[in-house]
Amino acid sequence: MKVAALAKESAFAAFVALILAIPLVGFDTVEANGGIGIESRMSWVGIAVLAVFLGRIAIGLLPRRAPSLVLPGTGFLSRHIRVLGICGIVVAVALPFLPGSSRYLVDLATTVLIYIMLGWGLNVVVGLAGLLNLGYVAFYAVGAYAFALSAQYFHLGFWQALPISGALAACVGILLGFPILRLRGDYLAIVTLGFGEITRIILLNWGTVTGGPNGINDIPRPTFFGLPLAANAPGGGQTFAQFFGIPYNAGQRIIFLYFVILVLALGTNYVTVRLRRLPIGRAWEALREDEIACRALGINPTNVKLSAFAIGALLAGFAGAFFATRQGFISPESFSFQESATVLAIVVLGGTGSQLGVVIAAIVLVTLPEFGRELVQFRMLLFGAAMIAIMVWRPRGIMALRTPSVRLSSS
Amino acid sequence: MSYFLQQLINGLALGAIYGLIAIGYTMVYGIIGMINFAHGEIYMIGAFVSLITFLVLGLVGISYIPLALTIVLISAVGFTSFYGWTVERIAYRPLRGSFRLAPLISAIGMSIFLQNYVQLLQGARVKTLPPVIQGGFQLMETNGFVVQVSYLQLMIVGVTVALMAGFTVMIAATPLGRAQRACEQDMTMAALLGINVDRTISTTFVIGAALAAVAGMMVTMYYGVIDFFIGFLAGMKAFTAAVLGGIGSLPGAMLGGLLIGLIEAFWSGYFSSAYKDVAVFGILILVLILRPSGLLGRPEIEKV
Amino acid sequence: MNAAPLLDVDALTMRFGGLLAVDTLSFTAFKHDITAIIGPNGAGKTTVFNCLTGFYRPSAGRLGLHRDDRIMALERMDGWRIARDGGVARTFQNIRLFPGMTVLENLMVAQHKTLMRASGWTLGGLFGIGPYRGAEKAGIEKARLWLERIGLLTSADLDAGTLPYGAQRRLEIARAMCTDPLLLCLDEPAAGLNPRESAELNQLLLAIRERDKIGILLIEHDMKVVMGISDRIVVLDYGRKIAEGTPAEIRANPAVIKAYLGEPEA
Repeated sequence: MKVAALAKESAFAAFVALILAIPLVGFDTVEANGGIGIESRMSWVGIAVLAVFLGRIAIGLLPRRAPSLVLPGTGFLSRHIRVLGICGIVVAVALPFLPGSSRYLVDLATTVLIYIMLGWGLNVVVGLAGLLNLGYVAFYAVGAYAFALSAQYFHLGFWQALPISGALAACVGILLGFPILRLRGDYLAIVTLGFGEITRIILLNWGTVTGGPNGINDIPRPTFFGLPLAANAPGGGQTFAQFFGIPYNAGQRIIFLYFVILVLALGTNYVTVRLRRLPIGRAWEALREDEIACRALGINPTNVKLSAFAIGALLAGFAGAFFATRQGFISPESFSFQESATVLAIVVLGGTGSQLGVVIAAIVLVTLPEFGRELVQFRMLLFGAAMIAIMVWRPRGIMALRTPSVRLSSS
Repeated sequence: MSYFLQQLINGLALGAIYGLIAIGYTMVYGIIGMINFAHGEIYMIGAFVSLITFLVLGLVGISYIPLALTIVLISAVGFTSFYGWTVERIAYRPLRGSFRLAPLISAIGMSIFLQNYVQLLQGARVKTLPPVIQGGFQLMETNGFVVQVSYLQLMIVGVTVALMAGFTVMIAATPLGRAQRACEQDMTMAALLGINVDRTISTTFVIGAALAAVAGMMVTMYYGVIDFFIGFLAGMKAFTAAVLGGIGSLPGAMLGGLLIGLIEAFWSGYFSSAYKDVAVFGILILVLILRPSGLLGRPEIEKV
Repeated sequence: MNAAPLLDVDALTMRFGGLLAVDTLSFTAFKHDITAIIGPNGAGKTTVFNCLTGFYRPSAGRLGLHRDDRIMALERMDGWRIARDGGVARTFQNIRLFPGMTVLENLMVAQHKTLMRASGWTLGGLFGIGPYRGAEKAGIEKARLWLERIGLLTSADLDAGTLPYGAQRRLEIARAMCTDPLLLCLDEPAAGLNPRESAELNQLLLAIRERDKIGILLIEHDMKVVMGISDRIVVLDYGRKIAEGTPAEIRANPAVIKAYLGEPEA
């Protein structure tokens, strides 16, 4: 771009930024003697305008090229995906025993794995079937509460309740999906958005069952084939440590939980990768590409969408049950829209449909606050901005490279 | 009876506000066929700009109410329109012709961004504005229950009716309205006929934002409390209103807004206020199942 | 001419608001025949297809498909059922492939019904039990056969959206054929093709009629294609049938000439 034109463009951007910044950046509502007061901070406006001006120049100076769909290096990654996957699994399994590993690290890795599992689950819905589900956290909540409540009322353990949690979440998904999946995609988006919020409102207000804002306490921990990972076994049974004749320490439970979610996540990966190569998976992708063509080929769009929706919900239900058992305590606060947005951001940034992309995005987004506590408050702001930027510049995500579900050459 | 009447009045005022926001959804949908998820956030920004302008006016000592209201109106509409314009320019325009989910995801990103932007700049706490206009007419009194129409409620309904009237004239009789209707029908053809499609779409966003700003200003005065999160639920409800009225239809948006306002007022008046949002959401699902084209909308013919 | 009827269109009418797009249209298409529907732009040809394949629900009239000695009432079926259970496949005027999926995958999606059953509605396939493995091999084999017939064997693993226009048209036909249809509806398959490509198309359609023994319903503007391969022609104008007959009869029909060339000045 010509220098003059760029300067003009940047000046215009700076002017827009000035107008936008004056009311909301330039003034701060403060609490003043019991009421509300206001303070001016025009220096911030100056900084914002300057930042936009320089930012616009920087964008203009970047080499102008058509937005490429593929990042350099993705070809290499996709060719060696199997090796990479195995390396990843080996590292993940060895993680708790590596030198320098700590309880804190394992705990963080557990969180990352929850989001990876949620990301893979949502990827089926958004990435493969092309259905924008903005209330994914609701199914996560259903799973968590299903386990917490069945433990409270029926004294079920984690492993017994796990299938129930998943099944219940899938049923809720089908019930919600059935009426709306016939409609245009954006209706689905807003209905799921509302559904997520409604689930939270119900959990908050239905105090007699859900405990309201106080949530549910004392959710049982998972056992290792019936052996609890605790200092003392309830009812005089053996604990994990006693059975194996090793000294008990609290870190064992953290490590055990880590392996539980690792197994769940790997199971999720296996199932979703497998599904993609089956007719149902191809039908999902075909539906994302062109629904009308699908109908002309004798594919029932509602059923195909429902199956994607239900499988997404099922996986979220499993993850929810794990979340409940890991925390030992759940409340509606953990299931806000922010969670849905985070998982969606993981899928979108990682590349809709890409398993590896989800892993990378989950690691980056979840560990982001670790790089500086002040990043926490900017986290959602950055997610939002990144989602827009990705859609504008790299709509298929950072790791976008689709591997065909079947090849002629290899068969 | 009097309790009923009071809820009716409250519901109408509330419905007028929802209707104003709903127009923004319906117009954008009509012209580019997408749901502008960030529209609720635009309304929230309108409310914040109003609040800040009120406070600044208080600071400089302008207390003559008609003057203050005019300044706040101009400020809210002006600044918020700029936000509406910028949102379209940054998050939607580059995505025209991109894959189907792209504008939706971008809109969600924009919505998340704006919420957190306001939260970071203005804090997460609820903001309270002391009442600007107080008092009202007493309509009747039975068994000690006073049915009252506040001046503010009258103003809300009055402003809404005036805006709607002006708006209808604009769509029907001005070149801009013609350009909008042309773009709605066929964007490529409109462009070939020399209509500046980009500008028409921008203007649509600006008008939608301006109406949302008016709604935001009135809510700030009506409830006196706002926070960075109000756009989410109000957006949901206004969208429900737009769908109920028939998305793409302007009178439909207004009618839908009024119905949603009434339903919400009666639901919280007679049942429980805790579940009033659940009720509205239930309506959205029912409408989508039973009559996806809404009350006044035309059924869509699928182009094969 | 083979006399066994395949599709009876009986007084089909389609109204959009005040517009009468198709007006009491009746004709019969026969098994193993190529039936062409022609007419000026806006005559309602594509609307007939959309009614036939369930994208529109006709305002009135009946569409009877002869399948296995019984008659299916297509006017009452959903589009995907018409394709799956009725065996009516179609292509679109403005090509509708799955552009982000490979050529081979496009053909595999078309075999959804068979493969879905073989995968035990996913459960069997997921856990590697049942006949899915073999069925998938067979599916790939069938796709390979069609790729050979349309000359796209070397492009099998490319994204369908990257193919040149003419190849996309052929692929769409092959994809429709992979659903094992009884009746293939082609909406302007020669549109945008160069003379060589449209000659190849003629060969392909004739081969389908000979080898696959199915009926073809064809909307086409390219008179070389229509006159060259059709067994029967139905002419529409303003939603009404103005003529029906063999290519030779149609060529000589004064009503058809009038519709295409306009009323001669009096």
